[in-house]
This record gives sequence, C-alpha cells and structure tokens, in this order.
Amino acid sequence: MANFSYTIYILLVPLLIFAIVGIWGGKWKPIISGLIGTFGIAFILVLSYYAAYQYFFVVNHVGHYKQIVAMNFLWLPFNKILNVHMGILLDPISAMMLIVVPTISLMSHWYSLGYMKGERGFARYYAFLSLFTFSMLGLVLSTDILQMFIFYELVGVSSYLLIGFYYQRPSAVAAAKKAFIVTRFADFGFLVGILVLVYYTHSFDFMQITDPHSPVFRTILGKAFLGYSVLAWALSLIFVGAAGKSAMFPFHIWLPDAMEGPTPVSALIHAATMVVAGVFTVARIFPIYVHYTPNVLLMIGYVGGFTSLFAALIAMTQFDIKRVLAYSTLSQIGYMMVGLGVSRYGGEEGLGYTAAMFHLFTHAMFKALLFLGAGSIIHAVHSNFMQKMGALRKYMPITHITFLVAALAISGIPPFAGFFSKDKILEAAFMHNRLLFWVEYITAGLTAFYIFRLYFKVFWWTDEPQCDCKPHESPSTMTIPLIILAILSSTVGFIPFNKFVTPDLKAFPVETDWGLVSASVAIGLLGLGFAWFLYRKENDLPDKIVNALGKLYQWTYDKFYIDEIYLFITKKILFNLVARPIAWFDRHIVDGFMVGVAIVTGKTAEKIKGFQSGHLQQYAFVFIASVLIIALTVLYFIGA
Amino acid sequence: MIQGIPITHILVVSVIMFFTGVMGFIIRQNLIAILLSIELMLNAVVMNFLVFNRYLFPHHLQGHFFGLFVIGVAAAEAALAIALILNVYRRFKHIDPDKLNEMKY
Amino acid sequence: MSLSAIIFYILAATIIIFSILTVTSRRILRAAIYLLFVLVATAGIYFMLNYQFMAAIQLTLYSGGIVVLIIFSIMLTSEVGDKFERPALWKLLAGVSTFIIGTGLTLWVLLSHVFKVSDQQAIDVNMRSIGNSLLSLHKGGFVLPFEVISILLLAVMVAAIIIAKKEEDNTKSDEI
Repeated sequence: MANFSYTIYILLVPLLIFAIVGIWGGKWKPIISGLIGTFGIAFILVLSYYAAYQYFFVVNHVGHYKQIVAMNFLWLPFNKILNVHMGILLDPISAMMLIVVPTISLMSHWYSLGYMKGERGFARYYAFLSLFTFSMLGLVLSTDILQMFIFYELVGVSSYLLIGFYYQRPSAVAAAKKAFIVTRFADFGFLVGILVLVYYTHSFDFMQITDPHSPVFRTILGKAFLGYSVLAWALSLIFVGAAGKSAMFPFHIWLPDAMEGPTPVSALIHAATMVVAGVFTVARIFPIYVHYTPNVLLMIGYVGGFTSLFAALIAMTQFDIKRVLAYSTLSQIGYMMVGLGVSRYGGEEGLGYTAAMFHLFTHAMFKALLFLGAGSIIHAVHSNFMQKMGALRKYMPITHITFLVAALAISGIPPFAGFFSKDKILEAAFMHNRLLFWVEYITAGLTAFYIFRLYFKVFWWTDEPQCDCKPHESPSTMTIPLIILAILSSTVGFIPFNKFVTPDLKAFPVETDWGLVSASVAIGLLGLGFAWFLYRKENDLPDKIVNALGKLYQWTYDKFYIDEIYLFITKKILFNLVARPIAWFDRHIVDGFMVGVAIVTGKTAEKIKGFQSGHLQQYAFVFIASVLIIALTVLYFIGA
Repeated sequence: MIQGIPITHILVVSVIMFFTGVMGFIIRQNLIAILLSIELMLNAVVMNFLVFNRYLFPHHLQGHFFGLFVIGVAAAEAALAIALILNVYRRFKHIDPDKLNEMKY
Repeated sequence: MSLSAIIFYILAATIIIFSILTVTSRRILRAAIYLLFVLVATAGIYFMLNYQFMAAIQLTLYSGGIVVLIIFSIMLTSEVGDKFERPALWKLLAGVSTFIIGTGLTLWVLLSHVFKVSDQQAIDVNMRSIGNSLLSLHKGGFVLPFEVISILLLAVMVAAIIIAKKEEDNTKSDEI
C-alpha cells in the first residue's frame, strides 16, 4: 500500500498561493504574482499526475480499483453517529479529475500570463485562480458529502469573484451576481438533499453512501413522502444542486452571462472544470442512483438530453463567439448527463457512466482549447462578435490550426478526442433509451454545424477582417498552451477508459458497433459539410434561410425567452407579492420597534444627563451623603 | 499612651478634624483650599492609626508604619495635585472648581 | 488634672479651632498658615504618645514640606490680598449638614463602643527598631511597602514634572 499522504499538498499549495499572492501580490510587480501562481500550479500538476499514476498503475491492478482514503480527519463531531470529516478520497473518477483540473488550470495560468498582461488587478486575478484551483481540487477529492458541499460553495464564490473580475463594468457585476444567485439557489436544493439523506442514513461518508449494499440504507428504504420514496426526493434535490452548477435547464441562464469574465477564466471554470462539478457529483453517488432510484436517473438523462438539444439550437444562432461556446458547453454537459442517465451498473451495462466520464475528460481538453483559442481571437480583434471577424486564418496560423483541431474534436470526427467519447455515449443511449439516442444523434449534427459555422465565420467568410484593426498572432505564452491542448485533444481519445473508470470499479470489455460509429461520423460530417456550404465564402444564403424561418429563428436567437420568463417571475410576481410586503413589515414594524427603543433611550438620557453636572463638589457631596445614608441604614438594621 | 487621657478623647479630636476636612472639601471655591481640606482629612487618619496603635496594640508597630506610609502617600499626592492645579491655572487662568466643568455630559 | 492632660487639652483645642479656621478663612494664605498650626499641634500629640519619630516626620514633611509647597502654589495662583467670595448657600448647607450628621454619627458609634485598652508592655519605638522593621523581610517587616512607596515617589516626581511642564504647542493652538 503506497503512502498517499503527500496528496494533501495538492490542496495546501494552491491555498497557500492564494494567501500569499492575495496578501502581498499587490505590492509586487504583476509578473511575479503570475509566475508564482503558474509555477505553483505546475508543482501541483506534477504531484497530481504522480498520484494518479500511482493510483491507476502502482497501487491497484489495472481494472480492479478500490476506493482509497488518502487521509481523513474529524472536523465536526456532532454526536456519535454524525461526524463530518475532511479528507482526501481517491477513486477512479477523482484520480481522473486530478489529471483534468491541474492540466487545464496550468494551461489557463500560463495563457493568462500573456492574455492578462497589463490588466489592472493582475495579482488579484492570480490569487482568485489559485483559490478556484484549490476549491475545485477539494471538491473532487472530498471524502464527505458535507465537505463536498463546502467546496461547492467555495467554487461558487471563486467563480463569482472571477466573473466579476472587471468589476468596473456593470454587465460583469450583474453577471457575477446572477451566476452566484442562481447557483446558490440550486445549492440550497443540494443542501436540503444532503440533510434528508443524512437524516436517514446517519452518514456523511462517501465510502458508505456510495456503497449500495451498505447497511446505512436500511432505514431509508420504504420511507415515502408525497408518493415518492424519501431517497428519491433526497437524490432529486441533490441533482438540483448538481444541475445548478452544471447549468442544466432551467438553471442554465447564468452560464452564458458568465462569459463576462476574462476568457481564460471561461476556459478553466465555465467550460472545463467547475461546470462539470454537477456531472461529477452525480457520478460520485451514481451507485445509489442506479440501485435505488432508477427513475431519478432517467429524469437526469432527460434533463440532460433536453438541455443538450435546446442549447445546441441556441448556439446555432448566436453571434458572440463566447456565447456560442457557452451554449456549446451546456450542450456537451447535457451529453454527459445523458451518458449517466442511460447507464446501468456492472460490466458492460456501465458503459454510459464510463462514456460520460470519458466525455468529461475529453471535453475539458477541447473546450478549454476552444475558449483559449477564442480568447486569442478576441485578443487580436478586440471584439466578441463574429461579424467583426473573418479571414483570420491568414493572420493567426497557430490559433487557426488549434481551433480547427478543437472544432473537429467537438464535432466527433475521428481521430480527435471528442469522437471516441461521444460515440460511446451514443452507443450507451442506443442500448438503453432510443428516445435519448435520437435526441443526442440530432444534437451531434447540430454541434458539428454550429461549431463549424463559428469556425468558418471567424477564419474564412470574407477576404479581409471586418474590424478596423490589425490582427496578429498572439504571443508565445498564449500559443504554447494552445498547441499543448491541441495535441492533447487529438490524442486523449485513445485512452481505454473502460479499463480505468467504471461504475463498479472493474474493467469491462467494449465492442465497437461499427454501424453506430459510421452513423455518428456521418452526422458530424453532414453538419460540417452544411456549415462549409453556407459559410465558407461570403454569401447571402444564411440570411435567406433566416428570413425563411422567421419567428422560429427569432425565438432561438432570443434564447427561447427563458431569461424573460425568469425576470417576469422574479420582478413581477416575487417582488410585488412577496418582497414588498416583507419589506414594508421590516421597515415599519421591525425597524419601528428598534427606532422606538432608540428614541426612548435618547429621551431618557436627555432628561437625566443633568446629574453629570461637572461640579466636583457636588459629586463629593453626593458621595459622602450616600456613605452616611448607607451607614445609617446599616446601623439602624443591625440595631447598634 | 497619655497619662489620664482616655482614647475616646483623642478620637473625638480626630473625628472633628476629619469632618471639618469633609466640610471644607464641599464648601471651598478654590482648588488649593480643597487640597488643604484633603490634608486635614489625611492628618486625622494618620492620627487615628497612631492612637489605636498606642492604646490598643502597644506591642506592635503596624499602625505606626501605616501612618508613616500615609504621610509618604500624602506628600506624593500633594505634589501631584499641585502640579495639576498649576496646569489648570495656566490653561484657564483660575482654579475655581465650579467653573471647571468642561467635562460634563 | 495632670500637666500632660492640660497640655493635651490645649493641643486638642488648638487642633479643633484651627481646623475649622482652615476651612472657613476667606484668605487662602491664612488658611494655609492655620493648617500649619493644626499640623504642628498634631505633632505635639504624637510627642505625647511617645512617637518621637512620627512627630519629627510630621514636622519636617508635613509642616515643613507640604505646607511650604502649598504656600508656593498659592503665591503662583493668587494675589496676596485676595479674599474669597462667600460660598453659595447650597454648598454651605450641604457642607455644614454633612459635618454635623457625619460627626454625630461617628461620635455616636465611637462613644457607644467600649475600647479595650491593652495593658501589655509597649514596644520601645526608637530609630533602631524602626529601621529594622522597615527593612526586614520577616514577619512584621515592611520592606515591600517601603519599596513600593519609593517607586511611587519616583513616579510622582516624574509625573509632576511632566504635568507642570509648559507645553509649547499649547500657545500655538490657542492662537488658532
């Protein structure tokens, strides 16, 4: 048994960097903060890779994994049964996240050295990035569901801080608030779910509550509430929290707005790591979902499927390239949820789970690449809108090639990474749920279309860029991470995930269904070809199609008016009917009482302040007279 | 002890001296006069110490030494009080306690 | 009546009369001189009690030191011919009533209590025994209060200098 106690430094180092850079960073030259952050993450990267390597190959035999608690300490002893621990849990998915998070984090740190150069608050930016890395690693390594919740909140806070990084811009502030409130609202569901679950199982410990045969479930089975079992309620509520972080419908509204943050942040947090926290949560307690509440799992699958189709449709019509990528992220996370939703437990039945995790892994690589590429483009053009771009392939060759690699990966064109994972999800869906299969199949085509629409609009379309700027290739601090991520995006697909990450921790053989493979490649190519046909050269065909679609296009372009519905509910209904009476009560009754107390105190003081006359001899007289009166009284009662 | 004088007679003297001091503290309009009254009170106390020592516990010396220390403290207090009074006088050009009420309320 | 009794009553009358004069005289310098008489008479009582050392201290420190200090401060703060106004009526009433009630109460307690006068052999209070007691570390020794008093006196000296020192900034701030 190897010693994993060094894994604690994976958490402590970024926390330390956050503290150091946060406290003293403002006094140093900005580049020093950046270098401290970057090298710190590089150090964590080495540690994490080593830990993952040890876990996958040294400690366990490939294909037979165990959950390992690397360290654990009692944090909150409530009573004999309820003890909250803090610790580090290693199992295949957390070991996998140990590869994903530091990799993407390091790339973002490195890239930001160039992208954020000369920005105000450079040190603050790096401090928050480190805080985020710490929180995200803490989340994936949690041994305890409450620890996970705490890090969930920390992740939410760092996301809030980074979205609102340009706090002079009102839109960034609004976006940060929106992201925080929406995810916080969903986290409330998570917390209630945790409490319900723990109330019955008496255990926060993942080692126990992820084992479906654990005795802790004895008490909860058979309990029902409103016609559904209590466990189903608890797990549904936990999924609400997961949906909030992963921006599933109807909590998706915060993610597109979160693009107000700096682009590397979008790549790290809002594409690769934080938004998959929800997927990770579902995967973490997947055994209970699949054993006790298959209906909830099915619901997760449907929510994921709906979100993926819905977001893909919106992505087709947007012009802000970061928004296109944001909706694409939603769509891809929907894919992962579908993968989990159609999965079963044990052997080949667990293909969906494996595929979802695989897609999480590959998606992190190529989506981070897409965002960083978009950042590079925005850096050159100084605009987010694709109308301002075009023909950039001539000016930014490295960005162009890497972006193309990522686009091919997300479209599911072999041999790039996205193909392998997406194909596995489709295969799992095909096995267990045909409806979801067709939804995802169509979405795959839409994905290829919208991403290549973006690609062609940015890099081809016109002969010259439409902006009054001089596009140029980005500095090497930005292009090198792009190249590394491009290499990863084209190679990680060959990792045999079925040997490493499975729901029952045992490897299973995979047979490739060549019919499905060719079908999925075909639909990807179809989308690609359609985009090529429409957008390779400047023409008015797209506009004609838009006019032909009319209202339908308008709806999609306006994101199906979900934001407006939210605003209607909150502004018109909640504010008027609930908040106003409460505010009135607070202002007049609660405050009134307090003000009354203050007024009475003040008036009394006004009346009696004359005692404090400032006359020394008056004080002396009162003192002596009091002494005499006390003496008289005492003597009278003693009867001397 | 003084031949033929009971302890109460001496104590009466010191009581009158003490309460004269108290009265002076209350009625005088000058900080230095108030200081004089304080000295009277202290003096009465010292005298009490010595008288009790001599009449009731002649085989000990505690009262004697207490008296000694009280005189020491009185000297210190007088020096400090006069320093304060001089400072007050310099700032306000008078030392009337009735008018020194800036710190009220 | 023995000679010592006569002397004692003379001293007692002096103390009482001059105490009252001290707090009633309307000339501050006279009040200080009356206080001097009170202190000297008290020293006489100490002599009669056979506390020669205390009497000497009383004469040198109180009558000699403190009264001179007070007279100096009087010279610094008031004109020689100054006369106080009569005190306000409430003050007079308060002071006199406190005097009467306090004295009455205390005397009542004092006179209703029977003091048990000790008949033990008195310790001879000479310089040797005082010195030994003051610097003795053992039972009945007073070396700790002695040292405390010395520190207090030092502190008071420093404090008196600092308090009475002229502040240069003061005049400036007054001008503003």
